[in-house]
Amino acid sequence: MSTQATDMVHDEHDDHGPAKGIGRWLFSTNHKDIGTMYLVFSLVMLFIGGSMAFVVRAELFQPGLQLVEPEFFNQMITMHGLIMVFGAVMPAFVGLANWMLPMMIGAPDMALPRLNNLSFWLLPFAFTMMIGTLFMDGGGPNFGWTFYAPLSTTYAPPSVTFFIFAIHMMGASSIMGAINVIVTIMNMRAPGMTYFKMPMFCWTWLITAFLLIAVMPVLAGVVTMMLMDIHFGTAFFDAGGGGDPVLFQHVFWFFGHPEVYIMILPSFGVVSHVIPAFSRKKLFGYNSMVYAIIAIAILSFVVWAHHMFTVGMPFAGELFFMYTTMLIAIPTGVKIFNWISTMFRGSMTFETPMLYSIGFVILFTIGGLSGIMLALAPVDMVYQDTYFVVAHFHYVLVPGAIFGIFAAVYFWLPKWTGKMYDEGLAKLHFWVSFIGLNLTFFPMHFVGLAGMPRRIPDYPLQFADFNMVVSLGAFLFGASQLIFVYVLIKTLRSGEKAEQLPWDGAEGLEWTLPTPAPYHSFPTPPKVD
Amino acid sequence: MQIGRPAPLLAVCALMFGFGFLLVPLYSVFCEWAGINGKTAGIYENVDALPVIEDRIVKVQFVGNHNANLSWPFKPNQAQVKVQVGVQKKITFTVVNPTNSDVVAQAVPSVAPSEAAPHLHKIECFCFNQQPLTAGQVKEMPLVFFIDSDLPKHIKKITLSYTLFDVTPRLSKRVAVSSSIKRQEQFALAHISSK
Amino acid sequence: MLKKVTVFGLFFALVPSVAWSEWQLNMNRGVTDTSASVYDLHMLVLYICIAISVVVFGVMFWSIFHHRKSKGFEAHQFHDSTSLEILWTVVPTIILVIILFPATTSLINSYDSEDSDIDIQVTGYQWKWRYKYIGEDLDYFSVHTTPADEIRNKATKNENYLLEVDRPLVLPINKKIRFLFTSNDVIHAWWVPAFALKKDAIPGFINEDWTRINEVGIYRGQCAELCGKDHGFMPIVVKAVTEEDYAIWLKQQKMLKQQEALASKQSWSKEQLMAKGEEIYNKNCAACHQPNGMGMAPVFPALKGSAVALGPIETHLDIIFNGKPGTAMSGYGEQLSSVEVAAVLTYERNAWGNDVGDMLSPADVDKLKGGK
Repeated sequence: MSTQATDMVHDEHDDHGPAKGIGRWLFSTNHKDIGTMYLVFSLVMLFIGGSMAFVVRAELFQPGLQLVEPEFFNQMITMHGLIMVFGAVMPAFVGLANWMLPMMIGAPDMALPRLNNLSFWLLPFAFTMMIGTLFMDGGGPNFGWTFYAPLSTTYAPPSVTFFIFAIHMMGASSIMGAINVIVTIMNMRAPGMTYFKMPMFCWTWLITAFLLIAVMPVLAGVVTMMLMDIHFGTAFFDAGGGGDPVLFQHVFWFFGHPEVYIMILPSFGVVSHVIPAFSRKKLFGYNSMVYAIIAIAILSFVVWAHHMFTVGMPFAGELFFMYTTMLIAIPTGVKIFNWISTMFRGSMTFETPMLYSIGFVILFTIGGLSGIMLALAPVDMVYQDTYFVVAHFHYVLVPGAIFGIFAAVYFWLPKWTGKMYDEGLAKLHFWVSFIGLNLTFFPMHFVGLAGMPRRIPDYPLQFADFNMVVSLGAFLFGASQLIFVYVLIKTLRSGEKAEQLPWDGAEGLEWTLPTPAPYHSFPTPPKVD
Repeated sequence: MQIGRPAPLLAVCALMFGFGFLLVPLYSVFCEWAGINGKTAGIYENVDALPVIEDRIVKVQFVGNHNANLSWPFKPNQAQVKVQVGVQKKITFTVVNPTNSDVVAQAVPSVAPSEAAPHLHKIECFCFNQQPLTAGQVKEMPLVFFIDSDLPKHIKKITLSYTLFDVTPRLSKRVAVSSSIKRQEQFALAHISSK
Repeated sequence: MLKKVTVFGLFFALVPSVAWSEWQLNMNRGVTDTSASVYDLHMLVLYICIAISVVVFGVMFWSIFHHRKSKGFEAHQFHDSTSLEILWTVVPTIILVIILFPATTSLINSYDSEDSDIDIQVTGYQWKWRYKYIGEDLDYFSVHTTPADEIRNKATKNENYLLEVDRPLVLPINKKIRFLFTSNDVIHAWWVPAFALKKDAIPGFINEDWTRINEVGIYRGQCAELCGKDHGFMPIVVKAVTEEDYAIWLKQQKMLKQQEALASKQSWSKEQLMAKGEEIYNKNCAACHQPNGMGMAPVFPALKGSAVALGPIETHLDIIFNGKPGTAMSGYGEQLSSVEVAAVLTYERNAWGNDVGDMLSPADVDKLKGGK
């Protein structure tokens, strides 16, 4: 490139704002625009996935088949799971990473902006295709989000091929997003910012990104094997040709368990920013927090078969997976104790991000404790595939992932938009969500222990009362998200002007930027000491 | 921004790449130890070495199943035998193809408890090959096996299950069609005569 | 898929009128030693978890209550303590070890390999169970019997709604019963909560587990692994009886079987077959093909006026007997006796205005069963 051209590019980068019109979004290479698109996309997916949960809960409101047929019910539970995991939670975290990482490490943008654009724009197409399967002959995927073979191969509806292709596309998107995060964090930190001075959100995302790169190819592999079984006459999962249906579960959960931590670690990061800010104290035990995340990430690779205690593993296998799973409780406990110690003898205030973070700590702890119960192989023979499991993973994922995301959005929204949100409405959003969530998921523990299997469209009469409570709670929780949308719109339209540092206890490079944050975060790297 | 110290970074890349390959033997050791590498007892290859014969008697149970959309009667001719460890035993299974077409079946073995699977050796088995069955055919299929002396002492009963799978679609269907027509004719005749 | 909006109104009208349920909060102790030990372990861990949460949340709420800015509390700047970190690594480890002792013992006991008294093979089918008493020449299917009217809210639901079958699995108490699980199609899971026994039934593979029931009674469970459309409609009913009753029951079953075999040798009139056929049809076929033979398009074809029911009798028999690959129609050759197959076929050819006029005698089906 000639000197002149380089100069021109530089000039352009120094003062140009966003492009005009639709092109700003289609061809964007700006981390903030792409981050916004990710977040909006995930909000849309949250509502689509949520409306599917609504169908499920409406059908389960009373015993008997009222609204939908069992086939459609199965499609709803499957799509709800897939959309929430791959469409709502993961893109929301990538959106937050896009917005915050460059601002936190003092970089102008992500390291690989064009890759960034591509990794976002794969998603709308992948999900259009996946949701489109619902309108195809034979219906959409109806085999649960874990798509166990042979229900998802030999016995699957024809649309399964589209489902496989959609998974491939979102997998590619996730891997590209992860590469971008790693390259950005490794190469674009401001001078003086060593790894152990990095904000926690960067640490958690760095480890999440490694997990993504390690396991998304496994998911791609398992769906490719399915594709081969369905169309090319192989028999990976068909015992008739020398395969093994249990192999599917091993490969799937080898992906699936780290995936669970992919959906929780960035939230750990968010909470580790919010709690110190509103306690007006530094995070307690920064180093041990980092080591705990690394330990959780490593352990997540050797616990996968605890999802499969009933498939008939030999004694040694059950024992090994029981012990390793219990081990995860230790680093997770360390994190919770550190957060509480951060609050301890702080000077706390309870703005919405703090409320969400406290909600996160409480509810995630409950989910973690039921996780210890589920880890015990002999008792898991009873818990496995009941509503107890449904309660457990919703307690971990809804407060874990979704509350973490809400905390992050309320925390950084003033910096993003330059405007303050309506604190009263936001607190209402929290309290309605909190009550709705507990009303939905806590009674699930009871029906699970009483013996209600998961994924059934109709249930015996003894479960009727609690299911009604659960459904009412779910409608409340779903409705409370409309408040969130209203708060967002109100903030953008008529929010008061935010100060440069809206929270007096908040620390970090992102708060040194003007409000709203400029289009290119740090044209010249700040100095960190 | 600049990439500092390329040599260590390259070394890390090389290590990670190597680690990927190292995982293959690591996992096979691990899966063997945890016993999660399938439950199928393989073909006995070490035919020359004479198995150690013990006084221990083990019950061996046989079960015949079949996969979806087949209604082929398939069962062992002895539900249970007592065998001495190390001594060969022969039993037979009978299968009937009640359909109008020629089919090819594959029997898939499985052993419970899975701990016993590596110690049950088959010298001769109908599961080694695909079994063609003509329309209406009744076939007796042999199985010769023995149990080696390494079988854990606490195991006193072993179940050997065979599941028949219809593997015809994997092969050419042309043969089946012609004979299915023939069979339909036969059936029609039989039907008329029984009226 | 949405049926009627008016159903929404019905929801709220029905709410208070039903006295169904029991607000059960916890696991049952069950009726086997295994289930008792599982229950004890569950309660132990539950209490430990509650204790942990009381301590953790106690400290947290105390802090939230006292250390707030609105009370003028100043933040104390401390942010590291190696001894604390070690403490809260070691203490949870000790608690985990305490839990792991009973858990490991319980696991060891569940792998007990002592010889069994009775061996039952349990095979999962979409969407029914098949029980085979190994060595007893007794083998039958167990199908749910909850009437469609109850499921569709046209009739009051009975107390065992969705948990009732035509032929329960009958087992003696105080005997070691070994189960062998496998599946005919997809993965199912056989689960009876009262035995704390849940095992996957995997096509092509065989799993084993065992139980020893301590009390006479009827125990109900459900399939626990998503297995397709009617996953919610394949219950398990186990009738545990005394040893003497079990022996009597076995004898009865064998007599019934002989009678059945004799019945197929008899000559049946078309009227007899039609009457029997209607009964069999309503029990086994009507859920999909509907009592009026109209089916449910597009998945379940109508039988009324269908090419199969009006066409050659051997094709019709082939589909009933062997099923139709690639569709929801599975073969009934094993589930139904020869008389039943002949009856249902005759019924389908001559009911609802289908008027082929022919019939099939049970002896013809017998021939098919034995091969030629």
